[in-house]
Amino acid sequence: MADRLDELYDDYILDHFESPYHCGKLECPSCAHADKNPLCGDQIRLELKLDGSTIEEAWFQGRGCAISQAGASILCEHIEGKTLEELRDMQGQDMLDLLKVPLTASRQKCGLLAFKVLKTLVYAQDEHESDLPSRPVSIHPR
Amino acid sequence: MSVSPTSTGQQPEILDVDRIQQVRRDFPILHELVHGDLPLVYLDSAATSQKPKCVVDKIVEAYEKYNSNVHRGIHALGDRMTTEMESAREKIARFIGASTAEQVIFTSGTTMSVNLVAHGWAAKHLRPGDEILLNEMEHHANFVPWQMAAQASGATLRFLPLTADWQLDLSRLDEFINSRTRLVAVAGMSNVTGTVHDVPRIAAAAHAVGARVFVDAAQSSAHGLTNVQDGNIDFLAFSGHKLLGPTGLGILYGKPEALEEIQPVFGGGHMIREVTKSGSTWADLPARLEAGTAAFVECAGMGAAIDYLESIGMESITRYEHSLLELAHARLSQIPGLTIFGPEVAHKGAIVSMVHEQIHAHDLADLLDRQGVAIRAGHHCTMPLHELFGVAATARASFAFYNTPDEVEKLASAIEKAIEVFQRRSLRRANRSL
Repeated sequence: MADRLDELYDDYILDHFESPYHCGKLECPSCAHADKNPLCGDQIRLELKLDGSTIEEAWFQGRGCAISQAGASILCEHIEGKTLEELRDMQGQDMLDLLKVPLTASRQKCGLLAFKVLKTLVYAQDEHESDLPSRPVSIHPR
Repeated sequence: MSVSPTSTGQQPEILDVDRIQQVRRDFPILHELVHGDLPLVYLDSAATSQKPKCVVDKIVEAYEKYNSNVHRGIHALGDRMTTEMESAREKIARFIGASTAEQVIFTSGTTMSVNLVAHGWAAKHLRPGDEILLNEMEHHANFVPWQMAAQASGATLRFLPLTADWQLDLSRLDEFINSRTRLVAVAGMSNVTGTVHDVPRIAAAAHAVGARVFVDAAQSSAHGLTNVQDGNIDFLAFSGHKLLGPTGLGILYGKPEALEEIQPVFGGGHMIREVTKSGSTWADLPARLEAGTAAFVECAGMGAAIDYLESIGMESITRYEHSLLELAHARLSQIPGLTIFGPEVAHKGAIVSMVHEQIHAHDLADLLDRQGVAIRAGHHCTMPLHELFGVAATARASFAFYNTPDEVEKLASAIEKAIEVFQRRSLRRANRSL
């Protein structure tokens, strides 16, 4: 049973929860988007600085459980240097793999919140580039 | 309001540990192991209660022996199923203190019951300038439908303030109930803080200005705190599944004159008197508000649930659950860093919602689940209340009469264990980074 408890507060998750990577705001983000998990109230706002189609910097702000906040931190670290093209191919399972801890179905929503925000941003960039009218989501391209 | 069960006039049975062990044998699920090898400690009855075997057996019996549509088939099975359903209606009427079974409308749940009154009564009867009195503690089911009704009718929503210890501030009732008030909607008991509201006092103030009173009894009904005669309630709603019954079945009670004012929201079979090409006329109550095929098997199951509850005695249940609550409050308030949202136990039912200063409610619930203790975390469909709390989520343990003092202790020690694990991990991490 002790193992089951320790598993959730795996060092990797706690590291990211207590000392998150790039938790804060960008001075002048290329794009930003926020979302929340309506069931538990976890919130994540993600801000990206793009150099062409490459993610130069990724920052987040949020509040919520260890899994949702660590997930945002892990994601920000993971995506810097990647291109929008690469992120388009990233799947939910890839995000869960990044978290390393096994999560039940209900907690996967926490672990995937930042990823969901990222996906919305990536799709919005696609639409922006192809000059299509944007979807009714709260995206603020600068 | 202080918590006292609705008296039946009989001396209630004292539920001791031996009797509860006997009761627990009636609930097969309580003996299941979770995560492979952990005994289940089920402390989420405010979300849904567990079902005694007699209820499950009744449902199986109905499907196996007399399943048939009600009020239609001229045959033995149809008669039997109709009798089962209508006898459940009578049992429910007696259970809540209604004078006739026709005052009990079957719906799909509390939410549907509220919506029936919001859309079929409030949205039709209210006018711009009229007021609906709510409060920020209500479940979204007793909140959102009134917002919709207010929007449709032009009526105004007002919110009775809360006290610092999470009760309704009844000292300000006079400021908020006036000649424009048409409806006061209030829960019998909060699904988060467990606060038991003084419904008779609120109802008296509402009736004094001619307003109707709607009581969301989703929580209070399960704890024996609901009798429609206390306060001469106009409308009352609850769900079967929180009261040992099956899912998909709700109850709307109404005083006859109040129910008569509800316009049918759903049209279809069973709710009509006559249908012609040029229009239709409505059947009498309760059929008028029960369009389509009823959840008749579930009704039979609900009848069995009421029988079971009455065999133990609601007064005994209320007292026993309150003793568990007292134990839980005493034990949990000793845990450093833990804050309970709610009034003193004298003013509440068997629900404890809490936050820990370091551990998010969701993580706490997860860490408890990993020890076999099932609680709920989140906003519990009360976002405005959590806005007042200043937290997005709380961890909620809720008790039923099939829980034991031993399970209260397991809850407390599981929380202590979760805190210990968090702090040990956190400390180790801090040492590592030195």
